[in-house]
Amino acid sequence: MTNWKWVLALPLLLANAAGYAQSIKIGELNSYKVFPAFLEPYKKGWQLALEEVNAQGGVLGRRLEVVSRDDGGTPGDAVRVAEELISREKAQVLMGTFASNVGLAVANLAQQRKIVFLAAEPLTDKIVWENGNRYTFRLRPSTYMQVAMLVPEAARLKKKRWAIVYPNYEYGQSATESFKKLLKAAQPDVEFVAEQAPPLGKIDAGAVVQALADAKPDAIFSSLFAADLQKFVREGNTRGLFAERTVFNLLGGEPEYLDPLKDETPQGWWVTGYPWSEIKTPEHQRFRDAYEKRWNDYPRVGSVVGYTALHAIAEGLRKAGSTNADNLARALRGLKMQSPFGPITWRAIDHQSTMGAYVGQLAKKDGRGVMVNWRYADGAKFQPADAEIRKLRKE
Amino acid sequence: MSGSAILLQFLNGLATASSLYLLAAGLSLIFGVSRIVNFAHGSLYMLGMYLAVWLSPRTGFWASVAVAALLVAAAGAAIEILVLRRLYKAPELLQLLATFALVLLLRDFALWAWGPQDMLGPRAPGFADAVTIAGSRFPRYELLLIALGPLVFVALHLALTRTRWGTLVRAATQDREMAGALGVNQRWLFTGVFALGACLAGLGGALAVPREPASLEVDLAAISDAFVVVVIGGLGSMPGAFLAALLIGEVKAFCIGLGLSKITLAFEFIVMAVVLVLRPWGLLGKPMSLARGPASIEPPLHSLGRKGWLAILALVVVLALAPLAGREYALILLTDMLVFALFAASLHFMMGPGGLASFGHAAYFGLGAYGAALLFLRFGLPMEGALVLAPLFALAGALVFGWFCVRLSGVYLAMLTLAFAQIAWSVAFQWDSVTGGSNGLIGVWPSGWLASKTAYYYAALVICAGAIVMLWRLIDTPLGYTLRAVRDSPLRADAIGIDVRRVQWIGFVVAGTFAGVAGAVYAFSKGSISPESLSVGRSVDALVMVLLGGVQTLTGPVWGAALFTWLEDALSREFGYWRAAIGAVVLLLVLVFPKGVAGHLKERVAP
Repeated sequence: MTNWKWVLALPLLLANAAGYAQSIKIGELNSYKVFPAFLEPYKKGWQLALEEVNAQGGVLGRRLEVVSRDDGGTPGDAVRVAEELISREKAQVLMGTFASNVGLAVANLAQQRKIVFLAAEPLTDKIVWENGNRYTFRLRPSTYMQVAMLVPEAARLKKKRWAIVYPNYEYGQSATESFKKLLKAAQPDVEFVAEQAPPLGKIDAGAVVQALADAKPDAIFSSLFAADLQKFVREGNTRGLFAERTVFNLLGGEPEYLDPLKDETPQGWWVTGYPWSEIKTPEHQRFRDAYEKRWNDYPRVGSVVGYTALHAIAEGLRKAGSTNADNLARALRGLKMQSPFGPITWRAIDHQSTMGAYVGQLAKKDGRGVMVNWRYADGAKFQPADAEIRKLRKE
Repeated sequence: MSGSAILLQFLNGLATASSLYLLAAGLSLIFGVSRIVNFAHGSLYMLGMYLAVWLSPRTGFWASVAVAALLVAAAGAAIEILVLRRLYKAPELLQLLATFALVLLLRDFALWAWGPQDMLGPRAPGFADAVTIAGSRFPRYELLLIALGPLVFVALHLALTRTRWGTLVRAATQDREMAGALGVNQRWLFTGVFALGACLAGLGGALAVPREPASLEVDLAAISDAFVVVVIGGLGSMPGAFLAALLIGEVKAFCIGLGLSKITLAFEFIVMAVVLVLRPWGLLGKPMSLARGPASIEPPLHSLGRKGWLAILALVVVLALAPLAGREYALILLTDMLVFALFAASLHFMMGPGGLASFGHAAYFGLGAYGAALLFLRFGLPMEGALVLAPLFALAGALVFGWFCVRLSGVYLAMLTLAFAQIAWSVAFQWDSVTGGSNGLIGVWPSGWLASKTAYYYAALVICAGAIVMLWRLIDTPLGYTLRAVRDSPLRADAIGIDVRRVQWIGFVVAGTFAGVAGAVYAFSKGSISPESLSVGRSVDALVMVLLGGVQTLTGPVWGAALFTWLEDALSREFGYWRAAIGAVVLLLVLVFPKGVAGHLKERVAP
């Protein structure tokens, strides 16, 4: 390149550098190496959204920039990483986390440091209720919401004897508790005849399946996922546990957990999930096309979560008109926006988004699992009464 | 439970036992001969699973099992030749550090090679369906497993008792120096044994494919199961491992059958604690012969000289000036380093002068942290009071656990500490109403005057540096000398009137209490505390810090802790595959500085 070309390029470079200096920083942290199956699509999701936002000229006349970190998967490390994002990287918003304990620890730090934290993935009810705070917002439908979406179908079947299996930690425990409470309310004569709580990731599937079969239930409610679910399904298929029994499995239709099952996919299970290949709404089609074009891969739930989380921050910043944390928190409360699943609202009462999930049944098609008879369950409709939430939030 | 339910759970237990035995046999073999605590055994098992899943569409399932086992055996041989062979003369437990690095490397390798998604393998051809037993369907493949476990057991037994190779291996197991003196080429013997152990791990992994998906979390789950089986059975004892697998498999199946599934969270560890308390060498183990050689007796540690103390003082002054640089994050990181330096120094107090290696030191760190959080949140104590009283929780824990632990020695002691740590972890994990369950306790922030990062950093500096200096001074007191005497020659110490167990107990309690101090400071620096703070991972971190710095040095563990914390922070920011990066760095350090970083420096300075 000759010298005069450099001279021409100089103002451009300067403008670019200036734009860079003024960019708005989002501090993103997640357990990428602990839950890679969910979080790699998640990362691709927010990267796509970031490119979209910046292609339209950014937010408030400034570029958005994401500083992404691995949080090590433990609350202690995550808090240190979040501190680094806040104090060294000068991030103006925090986003991310996967496991509930990590999400809660970072949410608490966000309150302490007065910075908005958009908890994208954690499912725990506590992050918006008991431990909810002014600066923390959560995108994904909570454990309670997803259970509530399945309960109407469960009550409709009028099965009397239910057996329950769940991974023994907060997510499984609160899913089970909510399910029992909600089903008992809808169908007072229900009986819970067996409960199995294997340790997360270490289910002894043969013995658990046998113990459930021995209780002779009419139906089964499970909140297993990942490797535990795969072991449970294979063992249950072989031993005939699912024959003539209806099974409900929270999250069972999410591609992250459904796809590995392939030809083991049990037929007729009721699940919450994401039938990505069949949703034909224009907002989803647009998202899917963009995602597949960018990554040459199909979207998972994680992709939608990452994509929507970043867009939510951009929308919030636009509405707030500044990066001030209090303004942003105020702007996010009640914010209405578009998502690949349709319009969502960030509830002012508990900072939970109304993003829903798809409820449907599992089926096998060409040797892999798909969801059929599905419908979208809008998150706004599966919430406890406001008074109950106010009591939990102690506000 | 009905009669048929009992029969079926019995069969389930047998199948679990078989797969546990396949997993553990190799580990037991390797330990018996080479005394290597092979942390990477679970990773080799995971490798076997992934290879079998990956190969089976190409070669068919049965061929994939054989190929996977052979490939893993080759990997084992390579590991032995390239890494472990160079470390046999290094202080004990350093091989453990090397194999820990391999765990990190192999996990990221699997992620790189096969991607993040779980891979559910095929069913075994010919064994895909179920047979009807007592009116219930039972998988045919489990029946095959039930037969395979004993078959492998018999084959190993014959190989060890009826072949010349087996005779040599047994000779080396009983007295490796004598075997060497009689002209047995130990090098190839050790390589062979390691390869065979790895082969068994690969075989176990491949055979698990029809039962469970290959996933990245398999390695740690497998290694902890394998350790428990080997220790319950008695280290190096093949029949012991078989018996232990049977015990665990059956009791577990019946716990689940009786609806006591919640107990399975820490089930193996409860069994292990009970067995070790009743039988200190495991079910069929024998007291270990002492390994002779340069590694067994270490020169005593000396307190710092005048120059040393001046250097430490200068360091503290520099640290006290650190806030002037105006970098808030540096202070946060330094606070973490101080906490972990104290944590490592406390472990070193029992491991170095005391000779009591612990695989469960996080229990006391966690007890201190939970103590602080509970006093602060549930009892409404002010932060200052909680910080002062919290170490008493760790002290109480160490008093109880220590009383049992010091009755054992060597790896058995280490494993009993691990068992207690896991039991403490499962209590914290399950006792929702008190400990907040898996989410932990949230909202543990320091009082107003310590709220700023600078103020809290100074508090951490005063507490941690003060405590570390106290620990160093303790090594130079009569207690420290007695501990060392007990470590080097329990018999002679006993003969001159030292109450060996009591001294070790005191050492254990001191170490635990100081770990509790670190835990309390940690809790208030993070604002929350969760069961992860007393998990195996945290214990292993402490072990790595001590070994990295050098067990037989005074100040090494402190540098090890600072180095490891800094590495973790820096590498996780720079690299996607940061676990592998840490593994590579640790492996390199182990090979270059087999006596630890500080140990090496010491030799350079004072030959």
